[in-house]
Amino acid sequence: MVIVNPATTKNADAAGVSTPLVGVHDIRKNYQLGETEVHALRGVSVRIHAGDFVAIMGASGSGKSTFMNILGCLDKPTSGQYLLEGTDVSALTKKELARIRNQKIGFVFQGFNLLGRTTALENTELPMLYSRTHKNDRERRAREALVQVGLGDRADHFPSQLSGGQQQRVAIARALVSQPRMLLADEPTGNLDSRTSVEVMEIFQKLNADGLTIILVTHEPDIAQFAKREIVFRDGQIKRDDVVEVPHVASEVLKTMPTIKD
Amino acid sequence: MDLSSAFVLALRALGRNKMRSSLTMLGLIIGVGAVIAVIGIGEGAATKAQEQLAALGSNMLFVGSGSVNRYGLHVGSFQTKTLVLADARAIVRECPSVSAAAPGTGTGQQVVFGNENWATQITGTEPQYFEVRNWPFASGNSFSEDDVTQSATVAVLGDTVRKYLFGSRNPIGETIRIGTLPFKVVGVLTPKGTSPGSGQDQDDVIVAPLTTVQKKLLGQEWLRWIMVSAVSRQASYVAQQQMVSLLRDRHKIRSGDPDDFVVRNMADMADAAAEQGTVMTVLLTIVASIALLVGGIGIMNIMLVSVTERTREIGIRMAVGATEEDVRLQFLIEALVLGLIGGTIGIVFGVTSSLAVSQGLGWPIRIPVYAIAVSTFFAMAVAMFFGFYPARRASQLNPIEALRYE
Repeated sequence: MVIVNPATTKNADAAGVSTPLVGVHDIRKNYQLGETEVHALRGVSVRIHAGDFVAIMGASGSGKSTFMNILGCLDKPTSGQYLLEGTDVSALTKKELARIRNQKIGFVFQGFNLLGRTTALENTELPMLYSRTHKNDRERRAREALVQVGLGDRADHFPSQLSGGQQQRVAIARALVSQPRMLLADEPTGNLDSRTSVEVMEIFQKLNADGLTIILVTHEPDIAQFAKREIVFRDGQIKRDDVVEVPHVASEVLKTMPTIKD
Repeated sequence: MDLSSAFVLALRALGRNKMRSSLTMLGLIIGVGAVIAVIGIGEGAATKAQEQLAALGSNMLFVGSGSVNRYGLHVGSFQTKTLVLADARAIVRECPSVSAAAPGTGTGQQVVFGNENWATQITGTEPQYFEVRNWPFASGNSFSEDDVTQSATVAVLGDTVRKYLFGSRNPIGETIRIGTLPFKVVGVLTPKGTSPGSGQDQDDVIVAPLTTVQKKLLGQEWLRWIMVSAVSRQASYVAQQQMVSLLRDRHKIRSGDPDDFVVRNMADMADAAAEQGTVMTVLLTIVASIALLVGGIGIMNIMLVSVTERTREIGIRMAVGATEEDVRLQFLIEALVLGLIGGTIGIVFGVTSSLAVSQGLGWPIRIPVYAIAVSTFFAMAVAMFFGFYPARRASQLNPIEALRYE
């Protein structure tokens, strides 16, 4: 059930290997919840190639969040293999996992998860604080990332002074700043109105067009239509894994939407 | 995360909660302040005691006529009649570590001048007494060697006696009556204050020629004491041994029999006073350390609250790549900065409060550099020690749960 997106084959060929960015083989995750054992993931196998844009769908409790946590190296599978760029992540130490999160993965969360009373610029600098990037370099790259998400003029604003959409864009800038191999977005539009949601998807599509792999968890079918591929989870297993035939183009959709606020 | 970033981060985090940070530091401020003040006051008192003893003459030795056990009856000190002028001469002649010796005796007498009268101690001695005791004159002079040979009725007044008998009048040349005899006042001594050993008023005294007191006031040939000055403080212990063996020899005391005299060494008293000061300082330091400990517990308490409150922040940091070490370092540095700032304020607080005590109560204060170094070190050590557990707890958080924490 491996589907290689036409857009990604180019990159894979250019690298001269067919190693997928993410190779997950039969992973399982069990939790001990009091007396009962919860099987959050019951054998999931999937390959995601560099340059793909995957939407992961599923009801709550379907295992999609657990899957995302494992992909994001925040959690380890109980069994099975997770290869990130060919490296077996399940064998790494906590410290090595932290380094992978820092270097290869960018996170965007539903609740933005910015540090309060900390400027947009400093929030964006955060990952580089842990990669021992030089101070001057840190600031320059953080400013570049903020410009990339269209917030170049809000660098010195605090999260409380920014709208939800702007906060999420700061979070995206933070995820981009260390030039990760993939961006993991967990319900990034869950707290946003529909127009702002599409604006965020526009940024994602632009980043994906520039070659960034994006994996997006959402429960909104509309949002999933902006991705190239859709994976549906149910009861800890992949129920469906399809190519989105004609992905929506966010910039086009925005034109049809009424401008409301700001 | 590099250290300088960690420090900047810590300062910001503490700055965001100024009230809480200040309250957290308060314990340390009081602790360090107490250590500094206590050591300052303790050291000041010890220094003053040392100075008082030095004024007394720290290389001074005292030989007193002793007690003796006759037919099972134990007679109190100053009772033997064996200590004589020749002993004093022999001590100077035969003990190389002795530079001077002043023989003396004494009696309590009623003293009268005009309408005033006063009961005081009359010391009979020789002129070198004032040198041995390192006791300068406020006005007038000592009586002379000739006055001693001629048993002249001249007297030198201690400051207390001068005050009671003469008030603001000049006593030099005036005649006072000691017992029934008239004495001419030739000199007045500078005030020496209370004795650090016995607490006696050293100025409540009249000094007269030895022979005058022996013959005209007491009718005794023997000496009650000899004040001896050793060539140096170090030499005073040797001088003590030399005198003991010389006097035992001269008094024909068989080995095994007790001395019929006592020798006291002021250096011993100085040491005893210093030891007393040390005991005091140790006790106060323990109290101050407890204050520091309480301050440390305060830090731990607030840090634990802070870690819980910032769970989500910790989760975010871990998600973007902070390792356990990074998180632990961040919180440890926060504790360290608290300790550093609290310690510094504590030092300022301690120094100012001890200066205030010195001004207000007139206590001498001496704050040694080591006190500042030690208390800074302890403030930081306490902060690190009590900051470690909260920092560890922060670093052990599960990032997924931390991110979900509300």
